[in-house]
Amino acid sequence: MNKISRRKWLAGGIAVTGASGLAVAGKLASRYGLIPPDHSGMYGAGHALTYASQRLLTANSFAREFPRDQISKAPFVTGRPLQDDAFKQLQASGFSAWRLAVDGMVAHPGSFSLSDLKSYPLNGQITHLACEEGWSFIAEWFGVRLSRILQESGIQPDAKYVVYTSLESGLSDSIDMADALHPQTLITYGMNGRDLPVAHGGPIRLRLPRQLGYKSMKYLTRITVVDSLKGFVPGDYSWYAGI
Amino acid sequence: MVGSAGSARSAFSAQVDNPPRHAALVRITHWISALCFFTLLVTGIEIILSHPRFYWGETGNLNMTPLFSLPVPASRPAVPTGYGFVLPDQNGWSRSLHFESAWVLVFTGILYIVYGLATKHFWKNLVPDSDDLSGRAFAATIVGHLRFNRPEESEAWRYNTLQRLAYLAVIFLLVPLAIWTGLAMSPAVVSAFPSLVTSLGGQQSARTIHFFVSLLLLVFVVVHLIMISIAGFAKRTRMMIAGGVQQGRRVV
Repeated sequence: MNKISRRKWLAGGIAVTGASGLAVAGKLASRYGLIPPDHSGMYGAGHALTYASQRLLTANSFAREFPRDQISKAPFVTGRPLQDDAFKQLQASGFSAWRLAVDGMVAHPGSFSLSDLKSYPLNGQITHLACEEGWSFIAEWFGVRLSRILQESGIQPDAKYVVYTSLESGLSDSIDMADALHPQTLITYGMNGRDLPVAHGGPIRLRLPRQLGYKSMKYLTRITVVDSLKGFVPGDYSWYAGI
Repeated sequence: MVGSAGSARSAFSAQVDNPPRHAALVRITHWISALCFFTLLVTGIEIILSHPRFYWGETGNLNMTPLFSLPVPASRPAVPTGYGFVLPDQNGWSRSLHFESAWVLVFTGILYIVYGLATKHFWKNLVPDSDDLSGRAFAATIVGHLRFNRPEESEAWRYNTLQRLAYLAVIFLLVPLAIWTGLAMSPAVVSAFPSLVTSLGGQQSARTIHFFVSLLLLVFVVVHLIMISIAGFAKRTRMMIAGGVQQGRRVV
């Protein structure tokens, strides 16, 4: 066999192995929930590789927690607090009328007031919040585990995603069950020993320390449990932000 | 085209029976990596523009004193830059393309490293001979570079000592360090492997090191392009695309 034909055989073999390998990998990834909703389009391959590899690597991982002396003296936040009238009215009454609605694939759809949320076991964490812009701070957060609220609502076993919505108009996002049920995923209502400041998303903010800050949605008002993200519209930023 | 091919043919007549100057896999991985570097550079600059300030330690934000700030405008109004305008925010696609390019570079790099180890490419072509590292030979190479001497045609068939050291540093030091510091900024990756970031002094330290490593890689690419221009841009680029001049001869 001369050199050229051997090289052709080799290249052909690599191409066939590669193509069939990719097809098998895609099937397997889909079966084990390793394909993110924004897997199509120009950046879909990158999103899918990041999501799949990090889901495999972080199956049992916990975000780093810090000693109290590492808490940032002046936690930073971008954007102004919510300005609309509905929010200001709620704020004037100490958020006593704030409700977190839980619906979708749960046995008991309903809503939780702030005092309802505070009646469940308190969880705290001193974690790092990194914004995709590049800045970061460390704070101590208090709240109730999202998993606890989902259990209370009777989450169905075939649930796949949790969609969550902000009072800030148009803001909605979603996470998979691995993050929704993770013990560090909190519905926070306190920060650094006080009520969660309005600038930081008070009265309640979802906290997801294994992903960048933009997944930790402020002014949380609704949680919807679903088994698919049909009609998912990709945003500017990648859906999975563990990067 | 005919003229340049003709002159190259006569210059390399002695090497007609040699294999291509650059193996096919080296050429393919070179150009994929070059493309990745370009997209990583452009998107990296875009990402920096949303917060062109650098810190040391775990945390850094506008309420803290930076280690240093870049004298550039920012794409976020909150960042004080001294410029009276805010650049358009291009962070979304920049981040997606940055990470996608990083993936392509990682796969290309793995392919190249496996090839290089299997074929002893690194030993044969990149690790300098001990003769070349002797004081006199090394000094001669440096002096040649400082004089911007155009290399002899015969030198096109092997890398010189500085070239070898630069390539080895990029392949085995700078690119791995860029990947490491990049991963150290990922909250999910460091949740599984905390020492990736604690060993660097914190997430903001990782970001700052990532910036300087990228800067060194940019310096490498600029010097690389200058050296190629001195040696003969068209001819060297053709060698990296087609493999060697004698391949052109076969076609012609």
